[in-house]
Amino acid sequence: MARTVTRSHKTLVTVLAWMVGLAIFFPILWTILTSFKTEAEAIASPPSFLAFEWTLENYGDVHERSNYFRHFWNSVVISLGSTLLGLLIAIPAAWAMAFVPGKQTKNVLMWMLSTKMLPPVGVLIPIYLIFRDYGLLDTLSGLVIVLTLINLPIIIWMLYTYFKEIPGEILEAARMDGATLAAEIIHVLTPMALPGIASTLLLNIILAWNEAFWTLNLTAAKAAPLTAFIASYSSPEGLFYAKLSAASTMAIAPILIMGWFSQKQLVRGLTFGAVK
Amino acid sequence: MGKITLSNVNKTFGETEVIPSIDLEIEDGEFVVFVGPSGCGKSTLLRLIAGLEDVTSGIIKINGKDATRVPPALRGLAMVFQSYALYPHMSVRKNIAFPLKMAGFNKEDIDQRVEAAANVLNLTDYLERRPGQLSGGQRQRVAIGRAIVREPAAFLFDEPLSNLDAALRGNMRLEITELHQKLKTTMIYVTHDQVEAMTMADKIVVLNAGRIEQVGTPLELYRNPRNLFVAGFIGSPKMNFISGNHAPKFDADTIGVRPEHLKLSTDGGLWEGTVSVSEHLGSDTFLHIKVDNIGTINARAGGEFSAHPGDRLWLTPEEGQVHRLDANGQVL
Repeated sequence: MARTVTRSHKTLVTVLAWMVGLAIFFPILWTILTSFKTEAEAIASPPSFLAFEWTLENYGDVHERSNYFRHFWNSVVISLGSTLLGLLIAIPAAWAMAFVPGKQTKNVLMWMLSTKMLPPVGVLIPIYLIFRDYGLLDTLSGLVIVLTLINLPIIIWMLYTYFKEIPGEILEAARMDGATLAAEIIHVLTPMALPGIASTLLLNIILAWNEAFWTLNLTAAKAAPLTAFIASYSSPEGLFYAKLSAASTMAIAPILIMGWFSQKQLVRGLTFGAVK
Repeated sequence: MGKITLSNVNKTFGETEVIPSIDLEIEDGEFVVFVGPSGCGKSTLLRLIAGLEDVTSGIIKINGKDATRVPPALRGLAMVFQSYALYPHMSVRKNIAFPLKMAGFNKEDIDQRVEAAANVLNLTDYLERRPGQLSGGQRQRVAIGRAIVREPAAFLFDEPLSNLDAALRGNMRLEITELHQKLKTTMIYVTHDQVEAMTMADKIVVLNAGRIEQVGTPLELYRNPRNLFVAGFIGSPKMNFISGNHAPKFDADTIGVRPEHLKLSTDGGLWEGTVSVSEHLGSDTFLHIKVDNIGTINARAGGEFSAHPGDRLWLTPEEGQVHRLDANGQVL
């Protein structure tokens, strides 16, 4: 018997979904609201939801105190740089695993994923020392490298899953048509896997944009991205909630907007190719 | 030029020996069909020639040159796949142009050749469409177009018609045969359908369990099969095999008689039986006759022949049409 969905059941599920959605979004909404309050109102108890005196003062202060655009630029370079470099390495790697698998391919894939289970702090000291010795501390190139390495397993896994959906015969046809390996990847595989590659690109830009452990620990002033910009507002001088909120809002705004416009691709990306 | 020579070609996948050892010569311009039941290694053999699989040992020569370790892109062969394997993101024009683009042709040459191929294959009106917007037969023609533009040394077809419906299959069979007559290029065609093999081939290679059972023209294989396997595989409906008490009369362990080589009579003959099923095809009538002490024998009669289940009939093999086999299934 087919499962019947009654109208009231549907309404209930919709209401529940909205409640979960709002619960997830609430901290972001609260941050945005707080950013328009004065410091006094920001810590007022009980807090006011909308009935407060709206002000742009915090944004002005934040803008005066620190150089938002430099941090923004650093975030752009790090997230785009690490994602593009990652794709450059991951596309051939995923090609090999999907189309010429060896006996150990599955194990290699699992091993790569297992590196994501290691708490990053476990390797902080060795990586810090390597960075110090090679002059990579507080450099954009250093951060691009470390974020590429951190997200590479996810990029390869995602691409591998997408590539598996492409029939091998089409690549063989390209080979018969005289395509070299590079031509096969550029002219046939990549265009066919474009939706998958786009999802991977978007998801990894977001992951890199939000990455806070390495970006905070390996930077000081020059290469600090937006994560460091936010952190600088929780200072030893005390917490300035309104300014911290303004800084946070400015830091998440670009990625929030990008995410909003690429929702469809992202959902596909997050389901890891399981849903066609 | 497209002469292909296989010497001692062997292929194993891990522990499994798919092709023990094959020697075969394919002459320039020949239409060769590899036929055999599924899993007999015919597609593997084709993929070895294409270079899509590496041989485990042995030598493959194309036009006298050792091509054993040459990558598929450089062998100068073109292939049509069972699934067509068209590039879904490219228009028909770009699909057909792809091999030329890879070979570094200039744009004018490419356009000219694509137009010519499209003309031959009736694809001119569809050049700007994507493969997804075409019917099965049209896709098949695009795949063939992609193969012919580069003027390869030989064409390899891997069960190209098995995804088409029966009517279309008949048409495409004819088109491919005509194409071969026009181009006179070597073609190697893999199929499990012996009708395709019989109708299209200059030379049929019958494969079984990775071994060549027999090589010959369609009529040679039909008239003089070398062994039980070939005798049973070539011809439709299948040859009847009779062993036991009746075979020694012909001085053999088993005898084979094709359904079309049995004379039917209501008066008398060699074997007597009862009609169990009679299939009227219009042009022919296929009869399934239960013969005492032998089992079911299939016979083919003319479309006018009338017989009903339960009728008693006599069967007699035609003179000189009995295939005699020994205990090992070899024709005597």
